[in-house]
Amino acid sequence: MIGTFLHGSQHMPQPKRKTMLRKGAGGRAAHDVGGLEFGSIDREEHDPALWEKRTDAMLRLLVGPSKRAFTVDGMRRVIEDYGQQQYDRTAYYEKWIRAVRNLIVEQGVVSREEIEARMAEVREKFEKAGRKASKEKIPW
Amino acid sequence: MVKARSRWPDGGEAAGRFAPGDRVRVAAREALGHCRTPWYLRGKTGVIASIHGTFRDPERLAYHQPGLPAQVLYKVRFRQREVWDRYDGPAGDQLEADIFEYWLEPA
Repeated sequence: MIGTFLHGSQHMPQPKRKTMLRKGAGGRAAHDVGGLEFGSIDREEHDPALWEKRTDAMLRLLVGPSKRAFTVDGMRRVIEDYGQQQYDRTAYYEKWIRAVRNLIVEQGVVSREEIEARMAEVREKFEKAGRKASKEKIPW
Repeated sequence: MVKARSRWPDGGEAAGRFAPGDRVRVAAREALGHCRTPWYLRGKTGVIASIHGTFRDPERLAYHQPGLPAQVLYKVRFRQREVWDRYDGPAGDQLEADIFEYWLEPA
């Protein structure tokens, strides 16, 4: 079970400050793309998938006053630390769920081994049930 | 100097260096790590529209630090034509952005 964690606690390792640069765009960080050419915007509304709703709910619970496992600023930092290639090819909620996963490991809420073991378990269950499970892994 | 009230627990109170109407320039520097000042506004000149108050510093909060002392946050107004080289919209178009005091200098 997830207990209560206060952000800013002293025993947690201090994440390293770094900037992932966007190629050929001066000192601009990879995520900071305002004003660059990316073609037209898809303005059609999409219904969120169940896993996207769950991602949203999980983030709110972890950031909220009863857990405080990390801050939205911490989440932005993890998303921004992604390299340009990963940043550009992952969707909105994929960035979120990766950040949530990395932050709860960084903050010692669960270990990386626990998450990977559980993922393997879920994958096996899926395959036994004849359901398709993507082989793709979200890089840490 | 304008007093800026905290909108965040434990933020305290701070005296703002700028007042509404002041002309300011966004620092043209690069940031190391998380920061909320967009690249496209670095080095651009605008006018203080209002003072939001003081807030814990996101550049520190992002690294599990308390983000104190709280920093004064302004709403800064820019002319679109000054922000974008090839802006072809109406001349009066403006853009507003929230910028922390430590990113601003008098212009």
